[in-house]
Amino acid sequence: MFNTASTTPEKILQMLSALLLFAAVMGVILFIAGRFGGKKGDRIVAYLYLLPVLLLLAVGLVYPGLRTIYQSFFDAAGDAFIGFDNYGTIFSDADQLTVLRNTVFWVVLTPFVATAIGLVYAILVDKSRFESFAKTLIFLPMSISFVAAGVIWKFMYEYRPDQGNVKQIGLINQVIVWLGGKPVQLLIESPLNSFLLIVVMIWIQAGFAMTILSAAIKAIPDDIIEAARLDGVNAWSMFRKITLPSVQPTVVVVLTTIGIGTLKVFDIVRTMTGGNFETSVVANEFYRQTFNADNQGLGAALATLLFVLVIPIVWYNIRSLRQSEER
Amino acid sequence: MFGQPTSPRIRAAFAGTLSAGLIFGLAACGGDDSDSAADTNASASAIDCAPYTKFGDIKGKTVTIYTGIVTPEDKPHIDSYKPFESCTGATIKYEGDKSFETQILVRARAGNPPDLAIVPQPGLVKQLVTTGKAVAAPQEVSDNVDKFWDKAWKGYTTIDGKFYGAPLGASVKSLVWYSPSEFKDSGYTVPTTLAELQALSDKMVADGKKPWCAGIASGDATGWPVTDWMEDMMLRTAGPEKYDDWVGHKIPFNGPEATAALDAVGGYLKNDKYVNGGLGDVKSIATTTFQDAGLQIIEGACSLHRQASFYAANFDKDTKVAEDGDVFAFYLPGPDANTKPVLGAGEFVVAFADRPEVKAFQTYLSSDVWANTKAKLSSGWVTANKGLDPNNLTNPIDKLAGTILLDPKATFRFDGSDQMPAAVGSDAFWKQSTAWITGQDTATTLNNIEKAWPK
Repeated sequence: MFNTASTTPEKILQMLSALLLFAAVMGVILFIAGRFGGKKGDRIVAYLYLLPVLLLLAVGLVYPGLRTIYQSFFDAAGDAFIGFDNYGTIFSDADQLTVLRNTVFWVVLTPFVATAIGLVYAILVDKSRFESFAKTLIFLPMSISFVAAGVIWKFMYEYRPDQGNVKQIGLINQVIVWLGGKPVQLLIESPLNSFLLIVVMIWIQAGFAMTILSAAIKAIPDDIIEAARLDGVNAWSMFRKITLPSVQPTVVVVLTTIGIGTLKVFDIVRTMTGGNFETSVVANEFYRQTFNADNQGLGAALATLLFVLVIPIVWYNIRSLRQSEER
Repeated sequence: MFGQPTSPRIRAAFAGTLSAGLIFGLAACGGDDSDSAADTNASASAIDCAPYTKFGDIKGKTVTIYTGIVTPEDKPHIDSYKPFESCTGATIKYEGDKSFETQILVRARAGNPPDLAIVPQPGLVKQLVTTGKAVAAPQEVSDNVDKFWDKAWKGYTTIDGKFYGAPLGASVKSLVWYSPSEFKDSGYTVPTTLAELQALSDKMVADGKKPWCAGIASGDATGWPVTDWMEDMMLRTAGPEKYDDWVGHKIPFNGPEATAALDAVGGYLKNDKYVNGGLGDVKSIATTTFQDAGLQIIEGACSLHRQASFYAANFDKDTKVAEDGDVFAFYLPGPDANTKPVLGAGEFVVAFADRPEVKAFQTYLSSDVWANTKAKLSSGWVTANKGLDPNNLTNPIDKLAGTILLDPKATFRFDGSDQMPAAVGSDAFWKQSTAWITGQDTATTLNNIEKAWPK
């Protein structure tokens, strides 16, 4: 059954056998679990249920992860051990330094701007008459895939030459023309183009930030707000002294979640510029080195770097999540 | 470059990686499959069976052929096998798969390769031979190739002195698209030397036109049309021998020959007077997709567009692609009228078995009989098989490509970036070419590519 299926009946047969295999494994586990009872039995049953998950994680995540780290110490073909040379390349090669610079832009800007927009928006529309409609508007981009968002914004930035009969088809350039300017090649000029790509990510993530933060704001106990009102605080003090401290743990979770997503950003860059014109980021470069340039070592090193960069954020994220749960 | 919309090798690699991770994915790996023996009698013209009967009685035997050619282009292939099937009684099992380029390596390494594979790049043939599973072509095929092909072709699949596969189809990249009616109305003539091409461009500028249009955007393969331009110019300014040395890295990528070639491309693509008809300035080349660029000819905003023969498929159905139609192409001229270097690409048939029926079918595919049978059945297909009668080709652009390939003065060379290591051929060469279009100078560009060449 592990041969390549070539005809439709063969494919269906393979699919059915895979399903049967799954059912059989589950059956065996349930059967064994059923033979244990009592308090001690519960534990064993729990471990039994965990077993397939752990096994699949080990095969699908832990092993490839370790293998990638191992490979990052080898050359392009994966044959010769070269120590930390690949990491040296990442931190010295001009192209790779541009990649790192762009990644810093992304990670610094996206979480903070998206969270700030989301927070302000959530406060502004809170308890207003059009709240649900206003929220839907900003939440809509969340439902679009990154690739689709990239394609949409590519059209937004589209350039047509400044010639008599040629009409602009990109919104941004059309606005520039209306204001009396000349159309600009928005996606070519570096570093402007990186910021224009970051706008897309913010456009998507602001809705996410708004939704989570809005829920947090609604969870602030009314008595605190009432008390503050009785003390006669103005809107700014209310935000600084009451709202912000109350939702702070949530803000941290939102910031870190967007931060992790931003570090791994790939689709937007690949769809809109393909990493050309100095817009590449670590995730895109990792793909390009591995699959285009056939440089397994450097690709693995970039993947490892991404992994290393994500770890502290994930750790911080989990910690704040726990803290907010304890409260 | 591959001469296709996006880079199939990479897409295939990605698809392969994804599907390999899933058990269900196994079911999705296969491709369309068809058993062409079922309706053997349809449209099969009778052929002389003598060259194949000498392999013995192969009646009832089966040969599997695995390719990346899928619907609808697979139909003419399957049909062209019928004369062989009906005269020998053997069955050809055709399997087309979009992820051919990664799967063939997987299958060869795993020990279940097909009998025959149609391989679109010399580099991949080399990789397959390295697996140790490919078998050398039989003498009959070798004789056919000596007889019907220019000797450059045999070199692409001769590895360590052993010849592994006959060429099958071919494509011509050295073409310039133009509007026959514009040429007629403005009194332009098709140039026959590079100097004439430049004079024509200047004349168009004097007439108030931006003569050339170009676009190199192609997803993550952005930049590849520049590599074709440069290879074409390398063939013309440095000659085919230096071209081979350059492709094989016997001379540096950033040497004087390459510098002259890229500067020659710059004379067109980075010349504000020449580009970018209907699309903007020089930089707009980088953001225009290669599919869109040549359409400006139909709009009347551009007069000349250098692109391979497959570009014919980009015009819509109402556009007549013919010498007396809306759009057609001429041969990108050589340094003089008698020197005709041709840049192109093609595919090769590699065998993994040496059973008599496999050898017989391989011999059939390398024959002039097959080339002519296939030509009559398909559109948008051409071969460099000298036994081909160009009159059997069905559409005008195929006829033009066929005539260029079969011209005795023509010197064919295979697309260089397809033969270079991936770090250059499908990464640095594209990336640096794109940077070159957006303003990077020639020396920096070539130095960066040279630096990327694996040591």
